[in-house]
Amino acid sequence: MTAKISYGDVAEGEDLKPWSYKVERVNLVMYAGASGDFNPIHWSPGFATSVGLPDTIATGMHTMARIGQYLTDWCGDPGAVVRVRNRFTSPVVVPDEGATVTVKGRVAEKLDDGKVRIEFEAESPEGTNVSKGDAVIQLA
Amino acid sequence: MALNRSFIGREYPPSIPYEVGREKIKEFANAIGDMNPVYHDEDAAKAAGYADVIAPPTFLTVTNFRYSPQIIGDPELGLNYAMVVHGEQEYELHRPVVPGMRLVGKPRIADITARGRNEFMVIEASIETEAGEPVATARSTVVSRGTAEGA
Repeated sequence: MTAKISYGDVAEGEDLKPWSYKVERVNLVMYAGASGDFNPIHWSPGFATSVGLPDTIATGMHTMARIGQYLTDWCGDPGAVVRVRNRFTSPVVVPDEGATVTVKGRVAEKLDDGKVRIEFEAESPEGTNVSKGDAVIQLA
Repeated sequence: MALNRSFIGREYPPSIPYEVGREKIKEFANAIGDMNPVYHDEDAAKAAGYADVIAPPTFLTVTNFRYSPQIIGDPELGLNYAMVVHGEQEYELHRPVVPGMRLVGKPRIADITARGRNEFMVIEASIETEAGEPVATARSTVVSRGTAEGA
């Protein structure tokens, strides 16, 4: 398969459309089951607060997976992601009512062979950066 | 106590194989709320040019529990897991992950460094099929809080 976006149609510095997703505790429970990471800081408010966290927090890998969707929805082909790197800068706190995370990205660099490097970051509802990184994507 | 620097470069035996399942890919995609049909529907995946449904880019995290415990649980390394947070993750994806693949992880400790009070350990794992075809390279940076020498 090939990406829906052509290399020739993107410019360095171009912004990707920002995207937001809501994460609720049930999503953290589902992710724990699917990934095999059962650390209770991701699903038990009592445990999370007992170790000094404000509430349950999303695992960084959940945030990275959602950012993966941001990238694959943009390029149109999940198989086009060549490399993705994500630094977990602060926790996504998920209280009873859930949290909305906003993801932004830009075309940082046009590489050889039809590839681009996208830089991205994600913000918590309080405006705190929770994740930043980059990805190399093979465009059409 | 600081991490044992003699572990830098240490290679570990390949993990037991993890067999990728179609329902597991769907379960993972559902858990992250990603309804892209190439994860869920074999016909849609074939129409898109794949042999079968494929896994989302970060799916290989499910193989982590096969190869990481032998490292983080090694008392000689000196890692206190209660002090650990996941600092960074990287995947280089060499080919699509599809059902039926039997994947082994071959990990090594690529680096251990100190910055301020914290230590950073990079675990690099080659994820391969049992036949030795490269599938991905996974790099995890784990942060050991407050264990740097003199911290």
